[in-house]
Amino acid sequence: MEALDAFESSGEDASYIAGGQSLVPALALRLQAPQLLIDIAHIETLRGVELQGDWLRIGALTRHCEVLADPLIRTHAPLYSDAAPHVAHPAIRNKGTIGGSISHADPASEFPAMTLALGAELEIANRDGTRRVAADDFFVDLFQTAIEPGELLVAIHVPVVRPGHRWAFHELARRRGDFALVGCGILAEFVDDAVAQIRIAFFAVGSTPIRAQQAEDILIGKRLDQATIAAAQAVAGDDLDPSEDEHVPPAMKRHLARVLLGRLLGQIARQAP
Amino acid sequence: MSDVVNVTMKVNGTDVSHAIAPRNTLADFLRQTLELTGTHTGCEMGVCGACLVVLDGRVVHSCLTFAVQASGSTIETVEGLSERAAIADLQEAFHQRNALQCGFCTPGMLMTAHSLLSQPGVPSREDIRDALSGNYCRCTGYEAIVDAIEMVARKRHDGAAAPQNEEVGA
Ligand SMILES: Cc1cc2nc3c(=O)[nH]c(=O)nc-3n(C[C@H](O)[C@H](O)[C@H](O)COP(=O)(O)OP(=O)(O)OC[C@H]3O[C@@H](n4cnc5c(N)ncnc54)[C@H](O)[C@@H]3O)c2cc1C
Ligand code: FES
Ligand code: FES
Repeated sequence: MEALDAFESSGEDASYIAGGQSLVPALALRLQAPQLLIDIAHIETLRGVELQGDWLRIGALTRHCEVLADPLIRTHAPLYSDAAPHVAHPAIRNKGTIGGSISHADPASEFPAMTLALGAELEIANRDGTRRVAADDFFVDLFQTAIEPGELLVAIHVPVVRPGHRWAFHELARRRGDFALVGCGILAEFVDDAVAQIRIAFFAVGSTPIRAQQAEDILIGKRLDQATIAAAQAVAGDDLDPSEDEHVPPAMKRHLARVLLGRLLGQIARQAP
Repeated sequence: MSDVVNVTMKVNGTDVSHAIAPRNTLADFLRQTLELTGTHTGCEMGVCGACLVVLDGRVVHSCLTFAVQASGSTIETVEGLSERAAIADLQEAFHQRNALQCGFCTPGMLMTAHSLLSQPGVPSREDIRDALSGNYCRCTGYEAIVDAIEMVARKRHDGAAAPQNEEVGA
């Protein structure tokens, strides 16, 4: 790909620009000052949404407004559709891309956490070829992912939701479109009304999107009654690692996360099988 | 990297072509090169919404787009919308309801309102507030802006509904 070569010949002092909705503010604030910007917005192989057997392939350049409206995403990867109205404001959704959001990996962003909840795989290209990284291994640290300098995120591959799957998304934010104080997406598979598998992904409560693993462990094999939900809520705070914040201290974030988890599990419990 | 690049685009119906620095944003290009100063720049980082323009049919922040990226596109600014009377009713309603004081935010407010009212259906006050979440106003307290947009939404809907009713009746 021409873009990969351009990065190589820049002496690595370059940034890819997709929608520019995170990068340009960072340039304006002088947080980044690359010599060269490589516009990837016209690369055809990074576009499109396509069903490939049991996987939905979402091109990295799919814009937030397209995620919001896409019928394939609504059917097969619905957590992205549920989250999309909460991602920024309408004009930002008209340019920002899902690949840019996931590559940027802001811990308060919706799509990275939904990628984790959906158990998606990320297709990454470099000059030697492409590889796929599971969401669980992709988000490494604050704004840091498995994408190495010069590599491109090509597409997100989502295992499609099946009968028996239930899901729920919600976030607490001061105003619609603001980054969330706390948010969460859950995908659960039920067998005979008991939880067979579950992925609970929180955002804005640590340096990466985080799975509430202790809560997940408690829920496996159980029916979602009030006592089980309360037991999951009791341990959920331990999985999270919110940073100091003068407006929303860690104790408050943990509290909000427990409230959110209770609401979402209650919602899932009530969903008809 | 070359010092200047050529950009060509259609702005408010007119083809324009200029050699500019690649680092110029679309906002700079519109305001400084084309002297279309209706597009305002407040924060220049995507937060205040004063710089919104229509790019190939979608409202975007001109402060977050480089002019070179918009080369080959069709742009409409607040000047274009008002000259072809596409937002005359919104302008009238903003005036009537005192939905502007200093007017700095108004071009962006009009862009968002124009985009919202171009979609089907009649938005609720909550829908209007959600749509305006990326537009800052430091003067009015927003209530009057929501009033003005709501008024136009209803009027446009009633205007569009009337002929349909006649058809049904006929
Ligand atoms: C006022 C404001 C409010 C916002 N609110 C929210 C919000 O509530 N929730 C939210 O999630 N986001 C929010 N955002 C961010 C927005 O969603 C961005 O669109 C998104 O984070 C980045 O996508 P982009 O396509 O614009 O990426 P860019 O800004 O173009 O790029 C971001 C970074 O990712 C890299 N990159 C981009 N694409 C690729 C790729 N395919 N492969 C490798 N690297 C790549 C770039 O090099 C850059 O480092 C907000 C932004 C603003 C300005
Ligand atoms: S100037 Fe573009 S959003 Fe403030
Ligand atoms: S009227 Fe002054 S900022 Fe809105």
